[in-house]
Amino acid sequence: MTRTLQGRLFGRIDGDIAGILLLAALLVIVLPLGLDIFRLNMVGKYLTYAFVALGLVLCWGSAGILSLGQGIFFGIGGYCMAMFLKLEASSPEATKIQSTPGIPDFMDWNQLKALPWFWEPFHSLTFATVAVVAVPALLAFIVGLAMFKRRVGGVYFAIITQAFAAILTILIVGQQGYTGGINGITDLRTLKGWDIRTDEAKLVLYFVNAALLIGCILLCLYVRRSKLGRILVALRDKEDRVRFSGYDVANFKIFVFCFAAALSAVGGAMFTLQVGFMSPSFVGIVPSIEMVIYCAVGGRLSLLGAVYGTLLVNWAKTMLSESFPELWLFAMGALFIGVVMVFPNGLAGLYQQFIAPRLGRLLLRTGTRAGAPIIPPHTAAD
Amino acid sequence: MANSTDYLLAVEGLTVSFDGFKAVNDLSFYVDSNEIHVIIGPNGAGKTTVLDLICGRTKASGGSIKFRNKELTAMKEHQIVKAGVGRKFQNPSIYDDLTVFENLEISYPRGRSVFGALAFKRDAAVRERVAEIAEMIFLADHLDQRAEYLSHGQKQWLEIGMLLIQDPELLMLDEPVAGMSVNERKKTAELLNKIIQNRSVLVIEHDMKFVEDIAHRVTVLHQGKILSEGSMERVKNDPKVVEVYLGH
Repeated sequence: MTRTLQGRLFGRIDGDIAGILLLAALLVIVLPLGLDIFRLNMVGKYLTYAFVALGLVLCWGSAGILSLGQGIFFGIGGYCMAMFLKLEASSPEATKIQSTPGIPDFMDWNQLKALPWFWEPFHSLTFATVAVVAVPALLAFIVGLAMFKRRVGGVYFAIITQAFAAILTILIVGQQGYTGGINGITDLRTLKGWDIRTDEAKLVLYFVNAALLIGCILLCLYVRRSKLGRILVALRDKEDRVRFSGYDVANFKIFVFCFAAALSAVGGAMFTLQVGFMSPSFVGIVPSIEMVIYCAVGGRLSLLGAVYGTLLVNWAKTMLSESFPELWLFAMGALFIGVVMVFPNGLAGLYQQFIAPRLGRLLLRTGTRAGAPIIPPHTAAD
Repeated sequence: MANSTDYLLAVEGLTVSFDGFKAVNDLSFYVDSNEIHVIIGPNGAGKTTVLDLICGRTKASGGSIKFRNKELTAMKEHQIVKAGVGRKFQNPSIYDDLTVFENLEISYPRGRSVFGALAFKRDAAVRERVAEIAEMIFLADHLDQRAEYLSHGQKQWLEIGMLLIQDPELLMLDEPVAGMSVNERKKTAELLNKIIQNRSVLVIEHDMKFVEDIAHRVTVLHQGKILSEGSMERVKNDPKVVEVYLGH
């Protein structure tokens, strides 16, 4: 019995790791060879959303907590990085034509005379890097504590996260002098003296981003494989049973919500670095819902599915917007309805249902040792 | 009034009202160590509510519940579980998407904090204990199966197993044989007789033959109050009980 169990376990490890290796090969070999730097940078931008989708796979897919406000964390992560870059771009020499040199240009336009206190620590890259993860995680912790300890869940939680996304957008737009307002923080130039606008820098950043993404996938895999991962699935199923098995359910929900927030924030910071600005248009309700759609199309139960879903939807969005800009919103609506009604487990579900069994048979026939199908029959929890 | 220190569980003056309706009204009863205490009564008598109150799912409006002299009404659900009270729900409450092994493993009382769960290792002790319990609940051959595909009776056993692995001092079962086939019922009685060693059990059941088989002491509830209490023999012959419950 234990042997079959172990066999199954190793079979699964093989399957997941093989899938990750395949994705890694696509990201670091196939795409860089096949695309010019403009398109590659675009893929890099799409991949920053995949961090959000990964977080949603754990938070929504595993634990059943639908957050419609992941843009908040993506945005805060991005803003933390942008604040550092903006300060570096606003040296007294570079801004000597301003009435107050040494502060970001938008502050000068808004008649600010000094750098606000909360901007000060962002002179340090170390601080900014820590803040990228810590600030969103802390915010998620506070929101999670307030909601989950009071047993707010389901649709109510989703609506409240949406409200937070709206609040943050309004706050950023309204506090123009501190945040750059509707335009966001723009004209970012260098990272510790290294120009991030060159093609070469974009290539390097693409690889850094891809490596971080693979690292985050492995981290998510570890969490899902741990008992905590199984507890998340269990509480999605039967929350009361978990509670009456001696677990403080709220703590587990807070953890997964913070974890998803931190992942989103890493994506946001990489977005800022690769695209060169951050604005409230990535924080609000619409982008947050779009991020949920990426995850849903890929398959909310599958880490890799979420990455492919993000790439596919964004690619489609770019293609459609380039030719028929007005059509995209309708296409997105149709996509959401289609995913919910026709294939609720997304691309990954279709793959599991139709392709994986055939692939397994094919491998068995070609003499691969039994027990080592690359893609074993997964349970819905995978 | 009896000194509560003598009892494992002492419920005194317990009252709960939902919008003025008193589902449980000034209820007092005691459970001894190693006693099988059965609560019977017509539908709506407040039986399940009593279990809900003890395990912390419902907050009491008044009265006290003392378990080994610890006041349960002030504790959170997971703390009550840790104190040694296990609860089985009426409908089989198991994790459909996980295997039988994983269902039992989650109930294993270790690594119950967030980081404890992250660091939890499936070591030999866990595997042995799961195998031992699976054997006891007749599911040793189903460990790798998804719980969703078990029969109704097997699901009930699995949930009992999930409680057993926690080794609670007080086990509360809400209609453990409801909806079971004759054969499953027999096996369940056998299972219950096996697991009641060294622990107290509080059972809600309608099946009178089953109650007669296992009960040391019976409490009859009616409209949130105790109608009769004592041995099965005594309760069965109580004219009040015959009128409201056993009569029809």
